[in-house]
Amino acid sequence: MESWRRNRLVFFLVGLPPTFWLVFFFLAPLTIIAAFSFGEKVGVIDIDITGTLDSYLRIFECVPVAGSEGCTQVYLTIFWKSLWEAGLTTFICILVGFPLALMIYFASPRWKPWLLLLIVLPFWTNLLIRTYALIVMLRGNGFINKGLEALWNGADWLTFGALGNFTPLEMMNTDFAVVFGMVYVFLPFTVLPLYAALERLDHSFIEASLDLGAGHLRAFWTVIVPLAMPGIASALIITFIPALGTFLQPDLLGGTDSSLIANVIERQFRSANDWPFGSALSLMLLYITFFVIALQAFFSRRRQQHGREV
Amino acid sequence: MARKPAIAPLEYSRRWSLRSIFIAALVFLYAPIFVLIAFSFSESRRLINIQGFTFDWYGKALENSDLQLAFANSFTIAFLSTAISVVLGAMTALLLWRFRFPLKPVYEGVVVLPIVIPEICLGVALLAFFARIDWPQGLPWPLNLSQITVSHVAFSFPFVAMVVRARLANFNRELEEAAKDLGAGEWPAIRDVIVPHMKPGLIAGGLLAFTLSLDDFVITFFTSGPDTVTFPLKVYSMVRFSVTPEVNAASTILIVITVVLTALAMWLQGRSGKLPSMGH
Amino acid sequence: MTQAIIEIRNVSKRFPGGVTAVDSISLDIAAGEFFALLGPSGCGKTTLLRMIAGFEVPTEGEILIDGQPMVGVPPNKRPINMVFQSYAVFPHMSVIDNVAYGLKMDGVEKQERLRRAEEALGLVKLGGFGQRLPHQLSGGQRQRVALARALVKRPKVLLLDEPLSALDAKLREAMQIELVRLQQSVGITFVIVTHDQEEALSMANRIAVMDKGLVRQVAPPAELYEFPNCRFVADFIGKTNLLEGQVVGLEGANMLIEVKGIGRVAVPAAEGVAGDVRVAVRPEKLRLDKNEPTADRIHFRGRVTDIAYHGDSSWVFVTDPAGHSLMTAIQNEARSTQQSVVVGEEIWVSWAPGDTLLLND
Repeated sequence: MESWRRNRLVFFLVGLPPTFWLVFFFLAPLTIIAAFSFGEKVGVIDIDITGTLDSYLRIFECVPVAGSEGCTQVYLTIFWKSLWEAGLTTFICILVGFPLALMIYFASPRWKPWLLLLIVLPFWTNLLIRTYALIVMLRGNGFINKGLEALWNGADWLTFGALGNFTPLEMMNTDFAVVFGMVYVFLPFTVLPLYAALERLDHSFIEASLDLGAGHLRAFWTVIVPLAMPGIASALIITFIPALGTFLQPDLLGGTDSSLIANVIERQFRSANDWPFGSALSLMLLYITFFVIALQAFFSRRRQQHGREV
Repeated sequence: MARKPAIAPLEYSRRWSLRSIFIAALVFLYAPIFVLIAFSFSESRRLINIQGFTFDWYGKALENSDLQLAFANSFTIAFLSTAISVVLGAMTALLLWRFRFPLKPVYEGVVVLPIVIPEICLGVALLAFFARIDWPQGLPWPLNLSQITVSHVAFSFPFVAMVVRARLANFNRELEEAAKDLGAGEWPAIRDVIVPHMKPGLIAGGLLAFTLSLDDFVITFFTSGPDTVTFPLKVYSMVRFSVTPEVNAASTILIVITVVLTALAMWLQGRSGKLPSMGH
Repeated sequence: MTQAIIEIRNVSKRFPGGVTAVDSISLDIAAGEFFALLGPSGCGKTTLLRMIAGFEVPTEGEILIDGQPMVGVPPNKRPINMVFQSYAVFPHMSVIDNVAYGLKMDGVEKQERLRRAEEALGLVKLGGFGQRLPHQLSGGQRQRVALARALVKRPKVLLLDEPLSALDAKLREAMQIELVRLQQSVGITFVIVTHDQEEALSMANRIAVMDKGLVRQVAPPAELYEFPNCRFVADFIGKTNLLEGQVVGLEGANMLIEVKGIGRVAVPAAEGVAGDVRVAVRPEKLRLDKNEPTADRIHFRGRVTDIAYHGDSSWVFVTDPAGHSLMTAIQNEARSTQQSVVVGEEIWVSWAPGDTLLLND
């Protein structure tokens, strides 16, 4: 590595174009919505940047509920909901993803690349298509219900009619569907960093723990999980943040109550045409994102200091 | 017949407990896709039971002029944005690998930002940006795709940069010095020695960028107009408003293309992987 | 002696962080010689080589090649070529394209470049390997490609960075002879960097022994071996027995040294030596006797403490009355599993006074 001064010509030639793109097509747009978030609508299209905090305050606004005395903080509720569902999704993805990553890790070299490919291939398929595919499965007369019905009827027959008729589970247009869809879509994404972290481990760590008398589960908890922690941490980030800002699953699989923050933002920029408010919401989302990343960096540094990170 | 050898302590992959979880996961992941593909051949218009077998829906999909246009748009955008992303990504990788400069950690952070932040934020930010600076609208094809293309590059080239940078990390610096020792100047050395080494990274990064562009929904959603519809966008509106097996047929076509591209990527990787990342 | 082709004048190299890799070195390398920079790792020899090649810039001092100052001259413009430690053969080019690369950079026409490249390959005995790819070659073959690639440009000086370190023992021996033969047939100056003193001794015309950024001694191999000027060189080159002593007087052409454990001895006077000295004797100069040697030899009675068998010879370790251990080698001449000396045996150790080295540190 050399100092930029040693070779200024090359430095600027390779440095300027990407920097231009970053500034112009990334930082500038973000700055504009940051500015808009402090602005007001003037007429149909224009926005006057007045430095007002109205849009931000609106996030905490308490909207009166039809047919009752009280009011709800609609937008805050949606933020919480997004955080909760993203967290749940991440939790399930890691819970399921870790054994999958383990399986690939322990597979013979002949199988490894194929198994990895099998898990990752859905990730290469279009997000929209995968979400759409779930619609067919989750509907009242979709295959999952059909399968459950078959099982139900079978059990019913065995118990001589004790169970009665099968009522299909209403899965579409529910929060359940949204989370189901999120797990479905993000799972391959979670397996990758988990597997990568495991790959960096030496088989001998586990052998050593088994040699020292730990049972398999114990070896797993006390040796593999701590060592794979950096991988778990990055899997967490890689799943949580996209899940937090996800748009398609609530849009296609959820009902009117299932909106998450991305859907609200979309409405502000399109149908509701309230760009300042949409910008404020986007910035809040960004702040939460940065906070989560900072949190992860903090814990990572702490781990390194305690010498636990390999 | 020989008996199967006993399962060694670490051969977890042969234990049925783990195997069954894995198979269950595969079923979970692939079943919906297979069902989707299956329905694309169904004669029935409604997506309840698969009846009969027909290619009709494929015919309809392929003749759908809106779909054809969306398809053309998607591919054009993907090609253009990949080309630009690969160049920008390679430059970024070179910059970060080769040079020390003030505020470098900050720069590295900013480069990664487009892929870290939620897509919705970037999407609306670009929408606001293009509106504010009055980006030319209503241009003839393919210039009217510029808005989308530029946006795709913004979130693709950091990916390419990461992939290429990883590849550069194991570059033997002595190769560059040898080239210079033999009389090559700065640029010939980069061209003759560093770029060939980057090649597998450039290919992998390029394919990644291509797929990302082809599949993108959210950012395209906000940066496209009524006359610049891409394939995922078209499928979205079909899903929202008129769900017929035609949607399934169109989706299957996209799946097949993606799989073929991925297979191509892996084949190319296998071939170019023959050139070792040697230094010894 | 011929004119100096490389002149190094008061060259220093300091790295950020306070590390002084090369400390004000002045050195002349003559045209046509096989010169070695020898020293332990970290002594600065590779840094010095890289400064000659142009990959590092001296913090102080200057380097001249064939009388031309090299200040500000980048590596691609110097009349010097280098064979790198990793060989750095371009993996994506065929052997012939590798060898022809330097000529291509010079603008030589294709036909001519390929012809000369083939010729160079013949010189390193790789004729016919032109179309192969580097990953199809062994380490030794790749090294020869690197050699051919550098030599085809007919540089004034060829620099080699640890050329033999990556080769196995047998190949190393063969290449040592090969490199010397090559240098003599091509006639250009070779400068090699190595940490292996046997390599340097067998290949070089002159050796510069370096330690911690300084040059301790520059001399032909035999002179380094027999007349080292300091303890470091005596210790680094070959094996040495080192005893402690003190200069106590002069007697004609001799110095009187009080050696610990042996007593007072008279050895030919050495220049610039006084006070506390190291008395050094090479192992092969020691002789073991069952009977007391004659008075003209310096001698003492010691006890054999260890014998290390090496097939053709054995190393015998003897302790002197002061408890200090000395080493000598005996040839296993008789075909027998019995050693001529036994552990625990008391034996006379002697050497000629003229074989004594007196060194300050």
